[in-house]
Amino acid sequence: MSDVLVIGAGPAGLHAASRALDAGAEVTVLDAHDLVGGQFWRHLPDDRAAADEAQLHHGWKSFQQLRVRLEEHPRCRVLTGTEVWAIEPEEHGAAARVHALSGPSGALRREEVLLTPERLVLATGAHDRVLPFPGWDLPGVFSAGAAQALAKAERVAVGERVLVAGAGPFLLATAASLIATGATVVGVHEAAGPSALCRGWLSRPWELASSARKLTELAAYVTGHLRHRIPYVAGSAVIAAEGNGRVESVRVTRLDRDWRPVARTERDIAVDAVAVSHGFTPRLELAIAAGCAITADRFVAVDARQATTVPGVYAAGELTGIGGMALSAVEGAIAGLEAAGGVIPRQLLAERARQRAFAIRLERAHGIRPGWTDWLCDDTTICRCEDVPFGALSLTEGATQSLRAAKLSTRAGLGSCQGRTCGRTVEEILRQSPGLLGTTTTDQRPIAAPVRLGEFARE
Amino acid sequence: MHVVIVGAGIVGAACARRLAADGHDVTIVDRGGAAGGTSASGEGNLLLSDKEPGAELELAQFSARLWGELPNALAGETGRVPAIEYDAKGGLVVALTDEGAHALGQFASGQSGAGVDARPITPGEARRYEPWLSDRVTGAVFYPQDAQVQPAAATLALLESATDGGARLLQGHEVLGPLLDSAGTLTGVRTSRGQVSADRVLIAAGPWSGAVAERLGVRLPVLPRRGMILVTTRMPRRILHKVYDADYVGAVTSDDADLQVSSVVESTAAGTVLIGSSRQRTGFDDTLQVVALRRIAARAIRLFPFLADVPMMRSYGGFRPYLPDHLPVIGADPRLPGLWHATGHEGAGIGLSLGTAELVADLMAGRQCTIDPAPFAPDRPSLAPHLEAEVA
Repeated sequence: MSDVLVIGAGPAGLHAASRALDAGAEVTVLDAHDLVGGQFWRHLPDDRAAADEAQLHHGWKSFQQLRVRLEEHPRCRVLTGTEVWAIEPEEHGAAARVHALSGPSGALRREEVLLTPERLVLATGAHDRVLPFPGWDLPGVFSAGAAQALAKAERVAVGERVLVAGAGPFLLATAASLIATGATVVGVHEAAGPSALCRGWLSRPWELASSARKLTELAAYVTGHLRHRIPYVAGSAVIAAEGNGRVESVRVTRLDRDWRPVARTERDIAVDAVAVSHGFTPRLELAIAAGCAITADRFVAVDARQATTVPGVYAAGELTGIGGMALSAVEGAIAGLEAAGGVIPRQLLAERARQRAFAIRLERAHGIRPGWTDWLCDDTTICRCEDVPFGALSLTEGATQSLRAAKLSTRAGLGSCQGRTCGRTVEEILRQSPGLLGTTTTDQRPIAAPVRLGEFARE
Repeated sequence: MHVVIVGAGIVGAACARRLAADGHDVTIVDRGGAAGGTSASGEGNLLLSDKEPGAELELAQFSARLWGELPNALAGETGRVPAIEYDAKGGLVVALTDEGAHALGQFASGQSGAGVDARPITPGEARRYEPWLSDRVTGAVFYPQDAQVQPAAATLALLESATDGGARLLQGHEVLGPLLDSAGTLTGVRTSRGQVSADRVLIAAGPWSGAVAERLGVRLPVLPRRGMILVTTRMPRRILHKVYDADYVGAVTSDDADLQVSSVVESTAAGTVLIGSSRQRTGFDDTLQVVALRRIAARAIRLFPFLADVPMMRSYGGFRPYLPDHLPVIGADPRLPGLWHATGHEGAGIGLSLGTAELVADLMAGRQCTIDPAPFAPDRPSLAPHLEAEVA
């Protein structure tokens, strides 16, 4: 009987664990949060559970079935509140040495957990990406992920008049959650232009939604939109937020196909909150630490069976490409079966291929285009932890082309979030000028989470 | 004279600045980005405290004077204060055992004889220097000449000064081979982006110097020694000097390949605390080693117990270049006319860079050197057994 460790208890991780159990493995599921479900099924704790969870969460019933199954299965151990802070490659038969700490995150001393599983499934997901703009650090400007989390986990809307902006179908999901928690969504501004959307989505998104069986999720959002008469503006972006002490208005503008603002198309819209998302960044640090190869477009390289380049290590979900819940679930299922030595049904592989094709269309339609840096001003904050403005980063010819040296000399990405918020942005700015050399990226974080010295010190 | 410098780290940058000031036509080539290697991987130590009397200490003392003058010199060139975070904060070396205190006292007294300002103080005094220091300190020596600099920023500032002085920086140019004339004299380098001809080629490529030398046709036994450092989250400043445990001295001069750890703890201008460091000979393997982190953390907590509750947010490290006799190699290589070296400074390259640049400039100009360059010569006796000449 093989033993399988699954890191991350979102859709990919839960499906991986469940299928690994089907195939007879001993399974451990580990997640840093106190509740399983990940970002997608982020919910209220049981002691104050809401009656309408099923309405706010897509696939809530299948989540509940998975959760109960894992919690009650004799061969499954679910470790919540357990944070992995380092992974070392392992040479003696195990897939990796996984160093974790278990206990409340504020605690002075958590309990050390060392795991050396035969097989490891990484399902660490992604965090949302927000491109900076002047005023994005004002109170009232939220990442769409934060707005979504507040709506789902706390039933709080971030404002009364909220504008949703950025790129990708997640904007629609966010708008739907905001509406469900009582906010007025004054508009959804999608940076991708109509022609990009056409190329990526055939035609208008709702047409694709109604024609594709698996897009019921999106269809639900869109019907919601129509019912609430929310303007959906393609090829448009928030390029500034203004207000005295907190956001009072946003400036929106039309974008060209490279996301450059089009002159004289600005207009101001009064809001008390903005929710912004420009896609997702996979959490790659554990995969990199485990030694997994990363693709040119910065996801974990996997084969059709979710195997990474490291024997015994598998990856599933947003780590391998941003494709949403359905793709995460099917990838998780395949990874769990493969890790446990089970047989993978052909329809799972076919479903994976279909969903991945869909993910590629999404990226083609909504992927970040380089012109966005034109809306930055010299004093626009890029790294919020260390307060580094764009002017400090937009380096001249002859400046260092080493990412490491540029970070050390500007302090961008060296703060408490360790570049999780600004890393990709800093890299893109530097790549435009002065250009970057070498293979170093901001995804490399050997220390995957802050850990007190006393928690790991040993002579 | 046209000089090509291979390596845009701190040694290459300091040499470029100094040679440009002498009127040479200087080109710096680096296969990667400037200041992206060893110079971006250390604490930025400018130390006298860890060096025993001898040639390296002399070079360190010479360099320390130059570091003291550098901020003003750079400000004079650019009209603004250089952001190199130079801080002459002084170093406090403490022992935690009676034997350690005795050895430290003897070491310091030898250094005093060589002109180092080494001031033995009582454990009580040490705790006045550093109020959060462990109460188990048995002996301490204060070194007012120890200083700190932000090494990547310092490297970039020296490079900027060099290019302002006429030097040319070519990033992304990897040296592939030599250009040789019919007499076998080195006349430049072939790079991944074309040829650069030169009267002299100076290798300052840190731990990769051996590989560069080999491409040019000679053997240079520079090896990498790995070092790791932990960085805490920001906090109000509680550590005022550079603070080491006395074991540091032993680790620097040791030949042991196994993991060695000694404590080096200090605050940075950004509010983080840097905690070093380990030394290990693992080739160019940079895989995280939790065992090294554990020991670094344990040693640091021994010095400053409050650190046990402080979060580490990242670790970093890199490779320090060393030669078998643990001295840098500075000067002309007699085996290949036109080839020069300035490398092998181990963990002290940031500190020693400025003195090295002076030596290189004086040797190239045929001037009298401020300190004796012979101990660093490529043909010194202690290095001879390791250099089999094999000119291609």
